[in-house]
Amino acid sequence: MFTEITAADNSTNLAFTFEGRMIEARVGMTVAAALLAAGEVATRETPISGNPRGAYCLMGVCFECLVMIDGIANQQGCMVLVRDGMNVSRQLGVAVVSP
Amino acid sequence: MAAAVTAAEAGAKVLVLDEQPGPGGQIYRGIEAPGGAGDTVLGVEYHHGRTLSTALRNSGAGYLPGATVWQVSPQREIGVSVDGMARIITADAVIIATGAMERPFPVPGWTLPGVMSVGAAQIALKAHGLGAPDAVFVGTGPLLYLIAHQYVRAGIAVKAVLDTTPWHRYLTAAPYLPGALLASRQLLKGLGYMRAIRQAGVPFIKGVGSISIAGNGTADAIRYEKSGHLHELAADHIFVHQGVVPNVNLTRATGCDHLWNGAQECWRVVADTWGETSLAGIFAAGDATHIGGALAAEHEGRLAALAALTHTGRLDPSVRNNRGAPIHQALAREMRLRPFLDALFRPPKVHRVPADDATIVCRCEEVTAGDIRRTAALGCPGPNQLKSFCRAGMGPCQGRLCSLTVTEMLAEANNATPGAVGDYRRRPPVKPLTVGELAALAGPD
Repeated sequence: MFTEITAADNSTNLAFTFEGRMIEARVGMTVAAALLAAGEVATRETPISGNPRGAYCLMGVCFECLVMIDGIANQQGCMVLVRDGMNVSRQLGVAVVSP
Repeated sequence: MAAAVTAAEAGAKVLVLDEQPGPGGQIYRGIEAPGGAGDTVLGVEYHHGRTLSTALRNSGAGYLPGATVWQVSPQREIGVSVDGMARIITADAVIIATGAMERPFPVPGWTLPGVMSVGAAQIALKAHGLGAPDAVFVGTGPLLYLIAHQYVRAGIAVKAVLDTTPWHRYLTAAPYLPGALLASRQLLKGLGYMRAIRQAGVPFIKGVGSISIAGNGTADAIRYEKSGHLHELAADHIFVHQGVVPNVNLTRATGCDHLWNGAQECWRVVADTWGETSLAGIFAAGDATHIGGALAAEHEGRLAALAALTHTGRLDPSVRNNRGAPIHQALAREMRLRPFLDALFRPPKVHRVPADDATIVCRCEEVTAGDIRRTAALGCPGPNQLKSFCRAGMGPCQGRLCSLTVTEMLAEANNATPGAVGDYRRRPPVKPLTVGELAALAGPD
């Protein structure tokens, strides 16, 4: 599991929820990095077969880190900075388009 | 950064559109961020990025972070999204510096959560001060040794480094050694990394053959072959690397010409010595064109800026040539080590073209190597026909992680060269764009 290599200081001052769990993050952290630091490696299920996937490249190229943020799907977690009070959830399978 | 500074200092109106939250690309990722690992861990080469970012901030060039460019038209109309709002900006000249990305590493189990690229480990370290203790690092190439070295310096436990560089590469690379010795400083640096890793007591296992990753829901072990025996190491994080390749999605979608680069087994953007592509007024610089590393990218950025200034009538061609001459020489010196590195660290075929049919090739659409081979057997002149038959390349990554594998597999199936087989056709938008953004598009600036 990813851990911080320097001692935590007071800059750990953002918090967001991930599927009911509150996770703390430093300012400037991306959602994907914060999830990894919290031990969440499987953050979506594939549309074809529901297989678990998680962040792979952390630079916006692989699209494995797709999560739902504040109700909007298909957000690349590695490209979005954590905001206080964000609500993040796994992207599960195929999108359901409401009629 | 170097291109923007050169152009701005000549009085041009410059705008840098950066998808990341701060300057530095991936090599100098997090250079302005307070949260990353310090210079003592990351090294003096990383620190050099601060010189560039400071120059950028002082240059008068506009810098827009969080700006996702999803299109560049041949007429230099740039489609960009910032904060969920799209706009079109037209420029007199465009310099594309989209950098490199890691070569895919299609082995069984590579899609399991916990398996990440070495680049991801570096980003976690540089930008967020995060490290994964007791991880296994596997593959070939300088970045593999660099990250293991950085982990050692940061005091993060490394379970093992598994080196897949085949023994015979040392022989094939030997003819390039004389040229490489002219770049001996870099060579010695690389040897220094390996020595430091060993001295730290990290198991450094060379001559590793085929690998596979196992796990139930997430990765928990890596299996590797060495000298005819199978070994297994437990690990929840496995970082893979076998070189970097140009990220050509934008240059492809723009319509620039590309050629297959046999020495690096990837595509390169067709460009003149100043970086001008096959489309007038559109330049490309750095690892986005061909892999040369950070310092070469700086030189290419300056050359592209000089050429762009001349192209737009702001710089006399003779002045451009005079200013460009020493930069061209510096660039040539930087590239001296390349043929040796390319030969030595050419990834083993077994990790470029998966032998096991169950190995996923297209991660997005979950298309396996077996699916690709069966589809190729139907008769596909190129990746685009294969794409329409089996969906490989149709996912959100637009072929970034599967195109090289598919091109090489088709080349094998068709008994053709990768250059002849070709590449997926990419069309804008090269990054996701909502219908709402498109509909609300502000007019051209």
